[in-house]
This record gives sequence, structure tokens and C-alpha cells, in this order.
Amino acid sequence: MTNMSRDVLHTLSSTSIEKCMSCGRCSASCPVADEMNIMPHQFVALLKRREVEKLMESNTLWKCLSCFACIERCPRGVEPAKIVEASRLAVIRQQGESHISADEIPKYLESESDLPQQLLVSAFRKYRG
Amino acid sequence: MVFSYYPGCTLSTQAKEMDVHARKCAEVLGFTLEEIDDWQCCGAVYPMGSDEVASKLSAIRALHQAKEKGQDLVTLCAACYHVLKRINEDMKNKEMQKTVHTYDNSLDYHGETKVIHFMEVLQKHVGFDKLKEKTVNPLKGRKIGAYYGCMLLRPSSILAFDDPENPQIFETFLKALGAEAVEFPRRNECCGGYISLKQKEKSREMANEIVENAVRNGAETLITACPLCLYNVAKAEGSSIYYFTKLLAEALGVKE
Repeated sequence: MTNMSRDVLHTLSSTSIEKCMSCGRCSASCPVADEMNIMPHQFVALLKRREVEKLMESNTLWKCLSCFACIERCPRGVEPAKIVEASRLAVIRQQGESHISADEIPKYLESESDLPQQLLVSAFRKYRG
Repeated sequence: MVFSYYPGCTLSTQAKEMDVHARKCAEVLGFTLEEIDDWQCCGAVYPMGSDEVASKLSAIRALHQAKEKGQDLVTLCAACYHVLKRINEDMKNKEMQKTVHTYDNSLDYHGETKVIHFMEVLQKHVGFDKLKEKTVNPLKGRKIGAYYGCMLLRPSSILAFDDPENPQIFETFLKALGAEAVEFPRRNECCGGYISLKQKEKSREMANEIVENAVRNGAETLITACPLCLYNVAKAEGSSIYYFTKLLAEALGVKE
């Protein structure tokens, strides 16, 4: 899938993964960890082991809510959400890997009159490179 | 008191009432929100990738404009507050300043602007005591829960809005208006955010948990500062949620 190296992801996320002591507090704080095939603390461990492809293929990229609970509660300042974001960016920046297209928007707007612009902008930023 | 004001995309459209109420309340409370010129959408989410620069430029332009006017920059939308404040922090970095200059060399900006939320204006510049004095229709007997969500609080090292696990600013605000502030454990948990576009069931489930928790603790109504929280939480069963500005306008007697 990719020639993405661990160093590229590491730089893109700019986190200190070596500080992680695998306490699991990030995953315990994550409101959607039970739906992720790779939970936040495992995300950090896999990046340490350079298993970048696994990260890029995980459903975690689309489950993460960017609620920053993992970042807030990490006792070591590791910032797991930034690694998830870096992996998501590494995917959506590839040609044909966007997870939303402009053509979908009219459908969303027509179906709900109370849909806030903030939602469309957020989703575009998160799902499209 | 005059502040630079950044309404943001949703307050100009779907959440227009928040903007209207806030301006009216500001007038009563003796401060002015001066909308900055030609602002652009902040992007609604903070770009976390370390190489993101272009996606931060609209926020930097807004921050720069406030600096030129020598004013603090006020927002109402929790997402705008979050994005502007974090990007402002990024701009204290010399490397970032240099890179931004290569995009637009008129942006002589180093993070000087103070980004403040409307609620902080009430707290620090107006004062909750004075707010209480100005209240003409106290919200007596109303049991209201403040739903904070994520964007105002986390990460607290940068947002510094309130204690991220036990915030009190909205509760103090509610008490000043004469309401009973109902604290509930899930008031700082995520509503599902942007996943409500494509994973509606999940966001509905999360919203249900928040509302259920608020009701169990005695809240009859919730208030929020975030249009996306309002949209998501309003979809929960038995939900009643308003922008905090609506209750403020009611209490100050300026709600039409």
C-alpha cells in the first residue's frame, strides 16, 4: 500500500512515543476504543515497532473523534491522537483515498435542515487530503 | 470595552441566533463585539499534522487583524475558540512564523493576540456579580446542565479555559442568572463530533448517553457553546438543549 516509513509518521505526528509506558490510560479514556481494531495504546506500540502499514489500514482512523481525551489524560505527554491523525493524513493524501467527496454534500444538506456548516467543514478536513 | 469578534461559519448561517443574542447581550452588559473584516472559516478542526500550514492561514489572518487593532479576539463557537487558540500557540514558534511568511509576507505575526471565549468576557471583564445585577428575568427554579463537550477544554495545557475534568465556569454563569446548575459526570464527554455525518448510529448512541446521564442527575435542559454539540445532542431521546446565549438573552430581557 505504501512506502511510508515510520520516521515520516513520527515526524508528521511530532509525538514522543519513546515516553510511552504502556499504562493504557489513553485507551481507557477513549469513548470509542471498543470499536477500534487497534486501540490508542496499541497505536503507540505499533509505531514504536515500525508497523506503519497496520496503522494505515486500521479502522481506528475513521473511529477517532478527535475529542483529545487521550491527549489530556496521558501521564507522559505522548499524544496518541496525533499519531492517529498522522496515519489518517498519510492515507487520505494518497490519490483516490479520500473518504468524502463534494458530490455527497447535497444529499446531506437535503436530508437534514438543521445540519451545521461546522459539521461539513470538520468532516472534509478529517476525511479528505 | 471593545473586542475584535470572529463569528465563524456556523454563526453566520445555521446558528445565527447565537450571534444575534450575543451582540444584544453585549450591548446590555457594556461591551462591543467588533466583527473583523473579511474573515474566513477557521476550518472547524485543529490540523494536528506537523506539516500543516496552509490550512491554518485563515485563522492566522484573523489573529493578525486583531493584533493590528490592538484588541483581544472573542469567539462564541467552541470550535472556533479551539482552533484559533491552538493556532495562536503555534505562531509563537519561530519556524512556523518563517514558513507562514513564505505564504503571505504581510503576516507579521508571533502569537500576540489573546483569544478569549465570550464566556470568559462575562467572567473576567464583566464579572458574574455584575451579570447577576443586570439579570431582569432570573431563571428561577430552572434546572440546567452545562454540556461542555471537548473543544473548550482539551488539551487544557493550551486551551486553559477551565479545569478539564471538573469545569465550573458555565455553572457559575447559570447561578448568576438565577438558575440551578446541575452537574453531571458526562458534561465533558464527546458527543461524537464529526462522525455524525457518516456514522449516525454511533453519534446518536453517544448523545443518548449524555442526555440520559444529565436527566438522571436532575437536569431539565442543557446548554452548549458548540453548534455541532447542539446538533448531535438534540438528536438524543428526550433531549432539550439550547445555546447558552439564548438563556442569557432571556435573563437579560433582550430575547425577542
